[in-house]
Amino acid sequence: MLPWLIEIILFTVLIVAALVALGLRNLLAAVVTLSIFSFMSASIMVKLGAIDVAFTEAVVGAGAVGVINILAILLTSRKSAD
Amino acid sequence: MNEVTRDIVLRRHMEGPIVSPIVHVCIRGLVPFIQIVGLYVYFHGHYSPGGGFQGGVLMAASIILLRMSLGLADSQAVMPNRLPIPLAAVGALIYAGTGLFAMVAGGSYLDYGFLPIPGLEPAMLRNLGILMIELGVTLCVMSTIISIYDNLLGS
Amino acid sequence: MKAIRILALAAFSAVMMVAVVHLPPKGDPHSPANRVENVLKGPVAGAYYIQNSYPDAKTPNMVTVILADYRGFDTLGETVVVFAGGVACLYLLRRRTA
Repeated sequence: MLPWLIEIILFTVLIVAALVALGLRNLLAAVVTLSIFSFMSASIMVKLGAIDVAFTEAVVGAGAVGVINILAILLTSRKSAD
Repeated sequence: MNEVTRDIVLRRHMEGPIVSPIVHVCIRGLVPFIQIVGLYVYFHGHYSPGGGFQGGVLMAASIILLRMSLGLADSQAVMPNRLPIPLAAVGALIYAGTGLFAMVAGGSYLDYGFLPIPGLEPAMLRNLGILMIELGVTLCVMSTIISIYDNLLGS
Repeated sequence: MKAIRILALAAFSAVMMVAVVHLPPKGDPHSPANRVENVLKGPVAGAYYIQNSYPDAKTPNMVTVILADYRGFDTLGETVVVFAGGVACLYLLRRRTA
């Protein structure tokens, strides 16, 4: 198989997740999509061999930042203005 | 909508737990495992990916899970409300103090090979020094994230 | 204005694509980052850490050794930054009534 196939798939999902997160009106869905973005970038780090960076990215990007973003949304507004 | 959501979240956080047996059973099963994984990530950072930062975030995630499900009042026993910021200061002080200890003992700042523990070669002393400062990083990161959560929901 | 933006984005993407294609393969021993000594016959940081991290600290994970020992002052600054962020959130978000 193509040696770059996994990376191409991961990068495609990454870019699609970023674009979808930009376009969504519902901010909770946008936060979930950003978690997908973080997880995909962590997977790319694993593919590149940087396991420590991938671990940090997965734990912080998909865990802590998601929780804090959801809290901020619950405390302000659920819908995007534009 | 906005005010109602905020009131629901705040009341749930301040007063009562979520009265759902499914949530309770899941949280009770999940939290100890997350904490064990966090401690493993911290202690095993010498040999596998991980370290203080990741272990601290995992420990904070377990306690935030408790705060979300049980409410603020019932999760006081695990992590009291006023503890996080002093604990974060203690973590940063452990880090800086380890470096200062090495400097007092004759090396340069943060040079763990000079830590005054008898009977160990400098390489093992560096191993111990790394463990000490990772403890400081773990405490600081865990307490900071819990403190941000508490303050966001109005402690 | 939108056309200019899209053109600039496309140009940036093309530059990044060309850069990615010309990167050395992963683990190439002849790439500049992986050489043992540079053109001035001095040591290169990566090879030095790979060769000396285990004898120096008896720790197999060399990322931990670099983060906590060789570059310990950086990690101290990072910890202090996290702590300062927590204290800033405390003063910004604290409710005084409770």
